[in-house]
Amino acid sequence: MIAEIGQFALILALCAAVVLAVLPLIGSFIVQPQWMALARPAALLQLLMVTISYLALTSTFITNDFSVLYTANTSNTQLPLIYKISGVWGGHEGSILLWVWVLAIWTGAVAIFSKHMPAVLLSRVLSVLGMISIGFMLFVLLTSNPFERIFPIPVDGASLNPLLQDIGMAAHPPLLYMGYVGFSVAFAFAVAALLGGELDSATLRWMRPWTNIAWMFLTLGIALGSYWAYYELGWGGWWFWDPVENASFMPWLLGTALIHSLAASEKRGVFKAWTVLLAVLAFSLSLLGTFIVRSGVLTSVHAFASDPARGKFILYFLVITIGLSLLLFAVRSHKLKSTANFELVSRESALLLNNILLLVACAAVLLGTLYPLFLDALDMGKISVGPQYFNAVFVPLMLPVIMVVGIGALLNWKKDKLKGRQTTLLALVILSLIAGAILATQFDGYKITAAAAIGLAIWVAASSLYGVYYRLRNKRNRLSAAMHTPAAFWGMTIAHIGMGVFTLGVALTSMFADEQTVRMGIGETHELAGYEFRFKSIDEVRGPNYVAAQATFVITKEQNSVSTLVAEKRVYNVRRDTMTEAGIDGGLTRDLFIALGEHLGNNEWSIRLQYKPFIRWIWFGTVFMALGALLAAVDRRYRVAATTQKRARNTKVATGAATGAAS
Amino acid sequence: MWKYIPLILFFGLVGFLARGLSLDPSELPSPLIDKPAPTFQLQSLFDSSEYNPESFTGEVWLFNVWASWCRACITEHPELEKLNKIEGLTMVGLNHKDVLDDGRSWLNRFGNPFDTVVFDQQGSTGINYGVYGVPETFIMDKKGVVRYKHIGPISEEDLNTILLPLIEQLKAEQV
Repeated sequence: MIAEIGQFALILALCAAVVLAVLPLIGSFIVQPQWMALARPAALLQLLMVTISYLALTSTFITNDFSVLYTANTSNTQLPLIYKISGVWGGHEGSILLWVWVLAIWTGAVAIFSKHMPAVLLSRVLSVLGMISIGFMLFVLLTSNPFERIFPIPVDGASLNPLLQDIGMAAHPPLLYMGYVGFSVAFAFAVAALLGGELDSATLRWMRPWTNIAWMFLTLGIALGSYWAYYELGWGGWWFWDPVENASFMPWLLGTALIHSLAASEKRGVFKAWTVLLAVLAFSLSLLGTFIVRSGVLTSVHAFASDPARGKFILYFLVITIGLSLLLFAVRSHKLKSTANFELVSRESALLLNNILLLVACAAVLLGTLYPLFLDALDMGKISVGPQYFNAVFVPLMLPVIMVVGIGALLNWKKDKLKGRQTTLLALVILSLIAGAILATQFDGYKITAAAAIGLAIWVAASSLYGVYYRLRNKRNRLSAAMHTPAAFWGMTIAHIGMGVFTLGVALTSMFADEQTVRMGIGETHELAGYEFRFKSIDEVRGPNYVAAQATFVITKEQNSVSTLVAEKRVYNVRRDTMTEAGIDGGLTRDLFIALGEHLGNNEWSIRLQYKPFIRWIWFGTVFMALGALLAAVDRRYRVAATTQKRARNTKVATGAATGAAS
Repeated sequence: MWKYIPLILFFGLVGFLARGLSLDPSELPSPLIDKPAPTFQLQSLFDSSEYNPESFTGEVWLFNVWASWCRACITEHPELEKLNKIEGLTMVGLNHKDVLDDGRSWLNRFGNPFDTVVFDQQGSTGINYGVYGVPETFIMDKKGVVRYKHIGPISEEDLNTILLPLIEQLKAEQV
């Protein structure tokens, strides 16, 4: 019964989406305020219905209703409650329903928080979001229905992949989808701008916080996925250039470019057509990513062929959505005139350079991801693209971005001779390199590349902080001036420093990590990177749905106790899958990592020990970036703009009432 | 005119994606099917012993191409473990374009479903086998002839509907 309610609610949501996609849009062209006014209630109705549908599916998981095929395939009575709830998006059908729900949430959020937007713009934006919604709801209903029943009803479900029975992995897809799907808002604004043939700075100002928030979620989602891969897959890597990862990384790269070009377009009226194109492309890559990944979290590009019906549907959908919006761009974007000029040395130029590099980097990732497919389709042979290609291409493209990030933020709009700052900047470059050279001596084995990398990270932070100082240089009371500096500025600075933190983590981990796989018996000790690992004991423990061998290690350094780590090897009851849970001692300057391998008999086990210097800085850096995006999104100016317009409208209403009373 | 470029590029991409959809591995047999397994001479991942296809003549053998950097390989790992339990099937793994230590640790971590694992850092064996992504799986009969190629991770369904019946059939064949 619950499943039928879920399905019925989804059909109602589809009806709401059709109304949303058609009437307000037509209303905006033939000037029918009543039709346009339908946009907001239709968006909210859609949100309500999709929410009911999603909760219905969740309840079949919680109540172990295995008469629903999807639930029977993905859940199990022994599964802990939290993984029943997250298990809803553990398979293809449920994760697409989550996609639809997240889209409904974004659409509803636009409807709620954009009350002061001009009615024509709002109705077009919501209509475009409604169209995307229609596509995905049809996809669920026609090709991937999670509410399908099964008979005879199985006694128990097949259970969730143990890899996914983890908090990090449970939170990863919703965050990622919030980011992916969030770009649909910027996309809808871009399409609305093309339809209307104008993109004024007020509209651009609307776009910025939405884009920042979507980007923040995407950043956190990718970082969480990477962190999960690190501790759950547990052989020390944090990024693998897997097609699934690339699928989320490409929209991130373009989203980063979009955030920066939006700034230039809004502040200076330049790059308008370019900004619109980036907004269209960022969301297009999100859709392409969905196409590549499609069936959930742990498949590769090969999943293309696993169910041609689903693949074909998304491909048609891609052709219609992206094709039409790019066509619209081709014929309408000449109307979006840039209104200002700028000189070679200016913030506009720096942002353009940032955009070009990010776009090229994204194209390189796209090429590497799809290259095997291209060659195969052309019968030019079969190859595979490993991480080597991506590292070789990507790193040189990103290095200049990192190098100029601080300077770009320091440049004035329109025209800048860097007067009065050249000497300071040069001094900062030299000091950063010297600091890098000194700090690099702290590591075993001096590496000139390590010195350069540390220097680069310090330079990013130093030049960003110099930007803060430069902004406040003429203020009499610097503290109070700092308090009144807009949140957006702090957001930018924090995100840029995050880049430096990230760079440092990546560089130091890749240069100084150490690892060994050893055979150890109980009581034996092994040394790695100055730490003594003693294999203390092994016990059998029982979890809610698994049995595990649990190894305890005591770690000491120069006779001082460092920590006690527990590594497990689990066998799950239902699927009989073996999973290892690594023991990790995380720290600011290094992680120690123990994974339990095979039992070699005789109380001896194969053990993998790892030392990962500064690896946490990689994720700290991304948290900084996300925090920066959040700060920038909540800047007062976006709300001030709303209040001013509200006041203007209230005045108008008051005037109107007065006129009415007078007549 | 530059404004049409994204549209044109996109439709080019769509062409490839559409072709990609029709490149269904079950519909497009590898040119290697019914040909002798391409030869190789590779060292074991664990010691200095060397193997070539002749090493397995007289046995039905499964040749699985995997790598530690391949996430999809983790998805199919439980199915390989099940295959490992079949009597009369030799499981051979090809550690493709990998780092020696990473390959070893991967097996160590997830369990080794193979009877023999050969190591090919350059990936040239993979090229001879037409590997265009990892994982891929080949099944050879007792004469060393390629009888089946599977692209992508093996699912439980693939295992039950395709691989197991085929392996039983090949085991029954007389040399």
